[in-house]
Amino acid sequence: MADKAEEGGLVFHPMDQFIIKPIFGGDVTWYTPTNAALWMGLSILAIILLLVLGSSKRSIVPSRSQSIAELAYGFVYKMVEDICGKEGLRYFPYIMTLFMFIVCANFLGLIPTSFTPTSHFAVTVVLALAVFLTVTVLGFVKNGAGFLSLFWVSSAPLALRPILAIIELISYFVRPVSHSIRLAGNVMAGHAVIKVFAGFAALTAVSPVAVLGITAMYGLEVLVSFIQAYVFTILTCVYLKDALHPHH
Amino acid sequence: MATETHSADAASSGGMPQLDFSTWGNQIFWLVLTLIVIYFILSRVALPRIAAILAERQGTITSDLAAAEDLKSKAKEAEAAYDKALVDARAEAHRIVAEAKAEIQDDLDAAIAKADAEIAAKSAESEKAIADIRAGAMEAVKDVATETAQEIVSAMGGKADAKAITAAVDARLKG
Repeated sequence: MADKAEEGGLVFHPMDQFIIKPIFGGDVTWYTPTNAALWMGLSILAIILLLVLGSSKRSIVPSRSQSIAELAYGFVYKMVEDICGKEGLRYFPYIMTLFMFIVCANFLGLIPTSFTPTSHFAVTVVLALAVFLTVTVLGFVKNGAGFLSLFWVSSAPLALRPILAIIELISYFVRPVSHSIRLAGNVMAGHAVIKVFAGFAALTAVSPVAVLGITAMYGLEVLVSFIQAYVFTILTCVYLKDALHPHH
Repeated sequence: MATETHSADAASSGGMPQLDFSTWGNQIFWLVLTLIVIYFILSRVALPRIAAILAERQGTITSDLAAAEDLKSKAKEAEAAYDKALVDARAEAHRIVAEAKAEIQDDLDAAIAKADAEIAAKSAESEKAIADIRAGAMEAVKDVATETAQEIVSAMGGKADAKAITAAVDARLKG
């Protein structure tokens, strides 16, 4: 890459930041420690720091880190309770795991030169498919064949119901696709745009604009990091609600 | 390093690293591992602990509120007791003042009555003394008049009849 930069002019490699690299060299096999593995591990560390060490004093009047831990807990807990009802709280640790992983990975990915696991479809597809499969299996286990009433809109006129059932069925299977691409797409696009602005910063004439652009995009990315984690979690709750209460 | 240049080639040739499926197995392995680790940390340590902290805080707040309610009612009771004591004290003070007034009035009445009696006695005595003095004065006038009449009669060369003169003087005094 260095020799290309020396060739002069504008060189953009906005996607290079997403390349999976082995940390200790060698080939990328299924178990190789890569930059993706490193930053996933760092998000585990961040979660431990925030939720385990932050709450270790168990004080009635919370410290700052304990406040954040309690806030995160209350945020997701209330979301699950509001959307899925009381019986949804059984799956609260699962949803909290998804939320904490995505939010920590997103925010750690905002550190310059870091790597963002959630910018990869491999990661978000697994997350979304896990939700999709869990919800589908849970729906059939809890409701039996009654889960299929999710696709049979009983409030619609009888003639429309078969058509609506087909639409509902398609939208049900599109869920994991939109669920995963939304998260990875948002994160990837933001990071790539910042990189493009950074490429423009090499030109003296436009570098102030480029730096301003990076700053603005970075602020937007901070928002997007949280909002996408929130959206992913709330959609998980909505899908889970369908499995618990399939009747419209 | 060989793989690095290989993937860099893949990226610079226009492909997205996201669609380089050769790395998917690796990412999925580490992701599943990460999620399992996070799930166990959360469900075994973090979430029960935070739930306990929140429950404990809720309990503390509830009991503190109850204690505050208790103290408030106690303060109200104390205020009522204080008010009652104040009213009692005021009534007692009124009673004492009235008693003292009545006592003083009694003393005053007795003293006035005594003084009146003394004054009446004194004035009766004085009246008696005045009457005595008046009687004494009448007697003296009679004596002086008789003597003067005798002297006048003798000076005129008559012989004074003592009885006649006394009778004349008496008649004159009465008239």
